[in-house]
Amino acid sequence: MKLKKLILPLASFAMALFVGGLLVAFSDAKVLALKSQPLSMLSHAFSTAGSAYWALFRGSVFDPRLAEDHWLHGFYPLSETLVAATPLILTGLSVALAFRAGLFNIGAQGQFIAGAIGASWIGFTFELPYVIHTIAAMAVAIAFSGLYGGFVGFLKAKTGAHEVIVTIMLNYVAGYFLLWLLSTTAFLRPGRQDPLAPEVHKTARLPHLFGSDLRANLGFIVALAAAAGVWWLLNRSTWGFKFRAVGANASAARTAGISVPRVTTSVMFIAGALAGLGGAAQILGSEPAMTAGVGGSFGFDAITVALLGRATPLGTVFAALLFGGLRAGGLTMQASTETPLDLVLVIQALVVLFIAAPALIKSLFRLKNIETGETMASKGWNG
Amino acid sequence: MSTSEIRTLSAPERRRKRGVITMAVLGLFGLIFFAFLPKTGQPVTYNFVLGNEWVLMKEWIINSKTGSLGFSLLSLAGVALAAVQFRARKTIRFASAIFGFAFLMSFLCWSAAGKFIPFTGLLQGALLLSVPLIFGAMAGVLSERSGVINIAIEGQLLAGAFMSGIIASLTQNNWLGLLIAPFAGAAIAWLLAVFAIKYGIDQVVLGFVLNVLVIGLTNFLYKKLLIPYQSTWNAGGTFAPIEIPILSKIPVIGPIFFSQSIIVYLMYVVVIAIHIALFKSRWGLRTRSVGEHPTAAESVGINVNRVRFRNVVIAGAVAGLGGAFFTLGAVGSFSKEMTAGKGFIALAALIFGRWSPLGAVAAALIFGFADNLQGLLTITGTPIPSEFMLMAPYIATIIAVSGFVGKVRAPAADGIPYKRGGAH
Amino acid sequence: MSLELRGITKRFGALTANDSIDLAVADGEIHAILGENGAGKSTLMNIVYGLLSPDSGSISVDGKAITINSPLDALAAGIGMVHQHFMLIPVFTVAENIVLGHEKVKGLGILDIESAKQEILRISAEFNFDIDPDALVEDLPVGLQQRVEIIRALIYDAKVLILDEPTAVLTPQETDELLKNMKKLRDKGRSIVFITHKLREVKEAADKITIIRRGKVVGTAQPSASQEELAALMVGRPVSLDVEKTTPKLGEVTLSVKDLTISDHTGRALVRNVSFDVHAGEILAVAGVQGNGQSELAEAIVGLQEHVTGHIALRGKEITRASVREALHAGIAFVPESREDDGLIGSFSIEENLILDLHDLPPYAKGPVISTSIVEEEAKARVKEFDIRTLSAKDSASSLSGGNKQKVVLARELSRPVKLVVASQPTRGLDVGSIEFVHERIIAERNSGRAVLLFSTELDEVTALADRIAVMYRGEFIAIVPADTSREELGLLMAGIRR
Repeated sequence: MKLKKLILPLASFAMALFVGGLLVAFSDAKVLALKSQPLSMLSHAFSTAGSAYWALFRGSVFDPRLAEDHWLHGFYPLSETLVAATPLILTGLSVALAFRAGLFNIGAQGQFIAGAIGASWIGFTFELPYVIHTIAAMAVAIAFSGLYGGFVGFLKAKTGAHEVIVTIMLNYVAGYFLLWLLSTTAFLRPGRQDPLAPEVHKTARLPHLFGSDLRANLGFIVALAAAAGVWWLLNRSTWGFKFRAVGANASAARTAGISVPRVTTSVMFIAGALAGLGGAAQILGSEPAMTAGVGGSFGFDAITVALLGRATPLGTVFAALLFGGLRAGGLTMQASTETPLDLVLVIQALVVLFIAAPALIKSLFRLKNIETGETMASKGWNG
Repeated sequence: MSTSEIRTLSAPERRRKRGVITMAVLGLFGLIFFAFLPKTGQPVTYNFVLGNEWVLMKEWIINSKTGSLGFSLLSLAGVALAAVQFRARKTIRFASAIFGFAFLMSFLCWSAAGKFIPFTGLLQGALLLSVPLIFGAMAGVLSERSGVINIAIEGQLLAGAFMSGIIASLTQNNWLGLLIAPFAGAAIAWLLAVFAIKYGIDQVVLGFVLNVLVIGLTNFLYKKLLIPYQSTWNAGGTFAPIEIPILSKIPVIGPIFFSQSIIVYLMYVVVIAIHIALFKSRWGLRTRSVGEHPTAAESVGINVNRVRFRNVVIAGAVAGLGGAFFTLGAVGSFSKEMTAGKGFIALAALIFGRWSPLGAVAAALIFGFADNLQGLLTITGTPIPSEFMLMAPYIATIIAVSGFVGKVRAPAADGIPYKRGGAH
Repeated sequence: MSLELRGITKRFGALTANDSIDLAVADGEIHAILGENGAGKSTLMNIVYGLLSPDSGSISVDGKAITINSPLDALAAGIGMVHQHFMLIPVFTVAENIVLGHEKVKGLGILDIESAKQEILRISAEFNFDIDPDALVEDLPVGLQQRVEIIRALIYDAKVLILDEPTAVLTPQETDELLKNMKKLRDKGRSIVFITHKLREVKEAADKITIIRRGKVVGTAQPSASQEELAALMVGRPVSLDVEKTTPKLGEVTLSVKDLTISDHTGRALVRNVSFDVHAGEILAVAGVQGNGQSELAEAIVGLQEHVTGHIALRGKEITRASVREALHAGIAFVPESREDDGLIGSFSIEENLILDLHDLPPYAKGPVISTSIVEEEAKARVKEFDIRTLSAKDSASSLSGGNKQKVVLARELSRPVKLVVASQPTRGLDVGSIEFVHERIIAERNSGRAVLLFSTELDEVTALADRIAVMYRGEFIAIVPADTSREELGLLMAGIRR
């Protein structure tokens, strides 16, 4: 049973890697130049894609060359994967939790930015002792992002405004707000013209897990703890019962006395807080100086992670590690084989496309009787 | 008016009432903020000439405080007219237009105190910035009126921009580039149609994935081919403006509307055609029927999914054509993620315009104007940070969907996959 | 035109909805298809009309075999249908709805709607239908919407007209009018297939009757057959059409409603100035044609409506502004109109559905944690008490049949301390066995001293269960009358006519 559930994601991932490989090979100028010699073109194509993917692996799991001076350094790439996975886990949980309550949170990016702003502000403005400083920064990040997400839920509860539209718009609002903030004296690093905030103080940073050479830090553990928390919330608590009830059939939940507006608002608050915690983990863990691009493409990445993880906490963690690995490895791939990092985006999009259409994968791989699980239920704008 | 009468207001009347109240609040805000709060007035210079018109209008110089005061009062007159029309149970469109114009002028006088405003150029630029928004919003209308949510407008625009750019460059023929653009957009839309209609996948997820797919692909190819081999892959050109005889010589209006590139004229055709076809033609009736109540449409023999499929693909073609404007209409070459979220503003315009073609065009024009004004004010210096001007379309959309300006309702079956005999 | 079906079979997964059905409708007859809810009548007609494809079987018209793959084929073959759930687009005008799918165009695909309007007015005049082609369908009352569907079928020139449960939304008088028009159409040479589960109407209008039970044709009958015979054929066993009931023992006032007005979000009043009391130990049944404010009134009592003015009191305690949760916990059991949409969460297990209301209170929850073992135990007890037919209480609610779903709702709602039962259309869509169960349970609740407020559009149900009858029309209680009031009188009241 358990294994069968893995077939679809794995097959989708394999398909996406295959299509990505084709793209790498046949956009290569040297390969294209061999048009007249099909056989050597094919072998060249194979080696081009192969070396790109080898670089991807070296950049995400283990690099023998780095291990030569110290064995631990060989795992530098894996540590980078954990660093990349941390915000993905937290934003992915944000989307997954909202999805279980029937809400589609496209706003993880904006909420992430809100959290990053909060953590960064506390981190570089105040002088506080170790631990307390970190906790304070995280708490403010959670408050900012929770409110930013909760506002969406509140608006939906009060006026019926569709959360998809509101969160899309709020992502842009957050982005422009951050850009403005980074032009004010409070946030712009003294002496700089480009949008860059000061680094957060050492007292607020999350400690490294495996010594100072590897960047993996406590943020990853925080993310795992959050995943466990979300699991407990959804499957064991009375709140989670309400969330799932509203997600599965809001009008039946309402008829049985569950307050849908309250659930909508609180789910979006928690979802926002999770995404914002991601922003805090990023700032306090690996990127202590906030830039205008801090939000990256987390809005979308979070959705792909939650989808690949089937909106369960455990699945989200694994999916985030996978995409985190792609991210980390993609950088090495870009540096050593001149394969643009954007390949990772393509692979990510393809994975989700294949996952979302089990029928397609089934027919491609001639699979029968595999577990497809529930795909995202489709709801209209008015629903 | 007694309370019982208020209760019986019809939906459009309630909307008008809220419109009148909103305008009144805004108008008063303008009067206080633009006309009374500034301590001193400074001269504002308006320039209307771009060079080719028959009559060269003179510059108009006005004190900022006087101007703001005058236009604020005019905007309030517009509100009063709207109130009268509302009482007479008539449409308030004309009064709203007066209000909108006067309010904006009042804002301009305030924000450009002591500065120079190239008025005609400002509007011309606004129209140009609106072009991709309008094409994108039309793609939204075509797709969503038939019941398929189109979040992939961004991707369709980008695909059109990319393909038209490289084809124009490879063939050194802009017309071939223009020709290929609708096909590029339609290809993305075809994916949307297959996955949304055939496999019934959530259309919001799907639209997002397709956007990322196009962004990823174009970025990848841009870095791998377009940058290293720029002279062959990314050296297209732009269409020169075509001046329509006589019309282009009218002061103010001529340079704005009738001295534009072919893509803008195509846009006029697309908008008018969609507006007429949607409400007056058999195709339009069927499109709206499958978007509102697909089961009912099926019961009179309409093949719901075929209608939807066709509409989605046509929508993609329209967006793709709009994408060509980025390369062939404006810049001449492709650059990374050059659509920069315009697809989402187009979506916002669609919603703000209540899923109607003309409403969406109006919203797109307003958004385009805000965008261009922001650019102008950033250069001349302004009391409002430009980032807040850039936020305006998004905040306006949130306000719209929150029902503060009347309930915005999507087509009833928008986003819901249809399966035959699904009721059982 | 004659219509003949042979060996029509249709399966949905494990369920065989139509099992080798044969049916012959002769030219110019009204042929009733009688069967209880879920017998497979609608499936059969959706096959004939091309909305569903049969797994096997053939259809012929006037002796010629035809293939029907879509409604277009059906319409081309001269088969028209008036659907139980109207196939009209609310935001379109009458004329737009009628031309849809068969549009006449001028040049360039531009619609020619004028000629259609003329045609609509002509047919409307012929049958005294009083239809304005320019009216928006959403503004028309249901009775008129049905007429729009009939006009559409006639404009398509349907020779065989299928009417699927057409009287469900009509008053007795409107029903009579419809039956008259059916005869008029027959006399003009059209054949009519009349699908219903109402014996009286069958006897009144049909020329011939085919009875379907559990997807099979179980016999034919003449209209002269008695109601008892028809009912026995339909259900498969003798059915007593009456419910056994003792005289009520009235207790104190349990529910008191005063000057209640309910509006929608636009401020339009859906219920106006309604006042009534329900005593412990009595059943007050609210009759009326669907859509006259009954649903809103029922919802308002449990706090599901937002814009409410006036007073609602339970045993003297004001609950007008109470939340749903407060209302339910104050002692109201609520059986909502739609089991699937409002009563149950289909993807949840039966267990979870049974604690939807109490999941965060002891004994089911300790603090913020749900105690699974107690939930399981309690569920087992409920399944037994209410005879819910399922293999396991862990199965999803959507796997249950309609009757068992309703039992789950009843089991949940009646397990709290209850003073008042509000039941909205509690037997809609159920088979006769489940109807009997629900009726018995409602009577039992009343006999044990609880107050019952029953909303039903089925006049038979109202007269069988009620101790007093309130009739609702356009959001008002037009009258509260004794249980023995005649059908005709109730019918007039339902149409808004006060004697």
